[in-house]
Amino acid sequence: MRISPAITQRLAKGVLILATISALGVLIFVIGFVLAGGFRHISWSFLTEPILDMGRGGGILPAIAGTILMVFVAIGIAAPLGIASSIYLAEYTEEGRVTQTIRFGINCLAGVPSIIFGLFGFILFVVILGFGWSIISGGFSLAAMILPTIIRTSEEALRSVPKNYRDVAASLGATRWQVVTRSVLPYALPGILTGVILGIGRSIEETAVVIFTAGSAVQMPKSLFDSARTMAVHFYILAREGISNENAYATAAILICTILIINVFAYSLMHRLMRGKS
Amino acid sequence: MDKIISKLLFLAATSSTAILALIALFIFKEGVPIMAKSGLAHFLFGNEWRPLQGMFGIFPFIVGSLWITAGALILGVPLGVCCAVYLAEFSPKKWANILKPAIELLAGIPSVVYGFMGVMWLAPIIRTHLGGPGLSILAASCVLAIMILPTIVGVSIDAINAVPKSYKEGSLALGATEWQTVWRVILPAARSGILAGVILGMGRAVGETMAVIMISGNATIIPNNMLDSVRTLTANIAIEMGYAIGDHRQALFATGVVLFFFIMGLNMIALKFSRRKF
Amino acid sequence: MKKIEIKNLNVSFDGFHALRNVSFDIPRNEILSIIGPANSGKSTILFCINRMIERIPNVKVEGDILLDDRNIHTIKDVEELRRRIGIVYATPIPLPMTIKENILFGPKLKKRLTAAKAGELVENSLKAAVLWDEVKERLDSSALRLSGGQQQRLCIARTLAVKPEVIMFDEPCSGLDPISTAKVEEAMKELKKDHTIVLVTNNTKQAARVGDRTAFLLMGELIEIDSTDKIFTAPSKQKTEEYVTGKFG
Repeated sequence: MRISPAITQRLAKGVLILATISALGVLIFVIGFVLAGGFRHISWSFLTEPILDMGRGGGILPAIAGTILMVFVAIGIAAPLGIASSIYLAEYTEEGRVTQTIRFGINCLAGVPSIIFGLFGFILFVVILGFGWSIISGGFSLAAMILPTIIRTSEEALRSVPKNYRDVAASLGATRWQVVTRSVLPYALPGILTGVILGIGRSIEETAVVIFTAGSAVQMPKSLFDSARTMAVHFYILAREGISNENAYATAAILICTILIINVFAYSLMHRLMRGKS
Repeated sequence: MDKIISKLLFLAATSSTAILALIALFIFKEGVPIMAKSGLAHFLFGNEWRPLQGMFGIFPFIVGSLWITAGALILGVPLGVCCAVYLAEFSPKKWANILKPAIELLAGIPSVVYGFMGVMWLAPIIRTHLGGPGLSILAASCVLAIMILPTIVGVSIDAINAVPKSYKEGSLALGATEWQTVWRVILPAARSGILAGVILGMGRAVGETMAVIMISGNATIIPNNMLDSVRTLTANIAIEMGYAIGDHRQALFATGVVLFFFIMGLNMIALKFSRRKF
Repeated sequence: MKKIEIKNLNVSFDGFHALRNVSFDIPRNEILSIIGPANSGKSTILFCINRMIERIPNVKVEGDILLDDRNIHTIKDVEELRRRIGIVYATPIPLPMTIKENILFGPKLKKRLTAAKAGELVENSLKAAVLWDEVKERLDSSALRLSGGQQQRLCIARTLAVKPEVIMFDEPCSGLDPISTAKVEEAMKELKKDHTIVLVTNNTKQAARVGDRTAFLLMGELIEIDSTDKIFTAPSKQKTEEYVTGKFG
């Protein structure tokens, strides 16, 4: 007996909806699980006190500071480099063998697993350049990791600016650089910022790279050459070594909230860019 | 002036490729000598990993990585492709605009949080209902399936959207139902793009480190079934890096070399597929 | 007296021969209309004159263009050339900023302006483009909120603000209604006093209305160039007659 196409369609659609619901269910479950376990233990003092007794007591202020500093270093390097790369690719060259090679490099770099960035950062920054386990080493390694994200997102943003704007600026006597800075970058800015914010998010959630290059000191970092732990590393150590489930949950909850805020922010920026285009 | 800017931008654009080259250089420089010393075949296919006795066989880890990745694909690919088809072809546009970034958010959750969930929730369930240690291939596969979901969904949606609208209209005009159109026209046309997404997801699964360390159990033996505990290539590096010196450290970099080749191979295949149009 | 002299201009895109041996002069303080069917190379001539064609990949340009007897390819500073030769495109392309910012975009590329100078420049440019009375109350509102015809006159004003000697119009009224078109044409006639104007149009009636001289281009070749009266009443080539009387095109 043949099942009628209408029934097949209904069945298929049911399966697809089920799959989508379960994917979302997982998302909600993960977030709910962590927040439910963590919110009870979050307090003002947890955010502002030093890490005591390897994380059994006290707060996570040094981890927050470590996270912020490392993200700053990473973005400080990756954002200018990445945006410049994307400007070159989108505005300063024709597609050809050179861009193919560059794009190949970017695509491959995007696929390199974080543990490899960790090994690389360890041998180059920590050992050979002698920065030791430090915020600098961690930030540099993270910068290498997030570079492809920033390049891709900002190139897309640059390409979404109408070609006309460039023609108008050039016809009014703008130099190539003026065309870019005055009639392209201002309109690509939300998209470029989205890339940068996604890079920040990637840096915050990363553990493997940081643990090999920045170490996991519990003290408050005093300079960029000090070892420090990020919130993700702190959480990993608490959970893995069974130091304190309560504090692990609380740290995870803070991490998840940060990531949520960052993603929502990045998405709304992207959305505004797309709306502006139509 | 414009010439100088152009040169600087070009320099920035080559940075990704340069970083990739540096990564390869340093990892190989550290890792290749020990491979030569213990013999490539012994290194790749040796069953014994006893760093203190100078025995470096990573075959169990290769097997472990493959098992876990295969498991993740079996669980994640159908789920991901179903989500993609629903979001691209069936769901109301408004929903898709919210649901797609929600699924992308799954990639934003730190991998250590997934690992933690696996330990606290999934592993005990597996232990009580299916037996074994709980921390196992199955647990790791489940978690990785979730982690690679955003990659598969994102790339597949792009592939489906890239199919010319006329194909769909043509099929519908001939009296096919929406599902028949999706199944017989759109999916075949988007095949290579979806495959690229699957392979990129595979790359993510092979390269994932922290979550896997937490939930795979890390036994250095060749597993017999899905409930056994295993150690992956990435986990091997991350676990022992903290205290390894001399030959041992080199052997970990050599593990990195194998991983690097593996990932680059997958990237090349994915690039091939994503370039092919219909 | 001639402002621009075009000699043996040949252009090909990726092997497609867009212009073949085109030579003619553009006299000072006149409106020259260039007419012809779509894809006959009219706009390409404009892009050669302001060298915007160099921004397109895989183009080959041969021949000489003289501006005030000087070969434009010997002008080192291409930006300077483009400031001397303004262009208004077929569709109005206001930049997504205020009316005032649009006008000042060009002048600010070169130097900083005092508020008084800027205000004066905005007013003069808008007056010359016959737009001042309609927008003088809302110079700081978005240019995107203007109507199509107003946007096009804003684009003319923006071009005028850099004080060009030549203004080229690339089918400037193709998207406009008759009333807006009349206003743009009025502006053009005003501008002729101080500028040399080149008007590309596929609307033969428009060429007849505003052009002092008219050139007819067909498939990349210049068929005929003469005074507008002559072209429309007694052309010397049969192709021209067939085109202006509407037998093809």
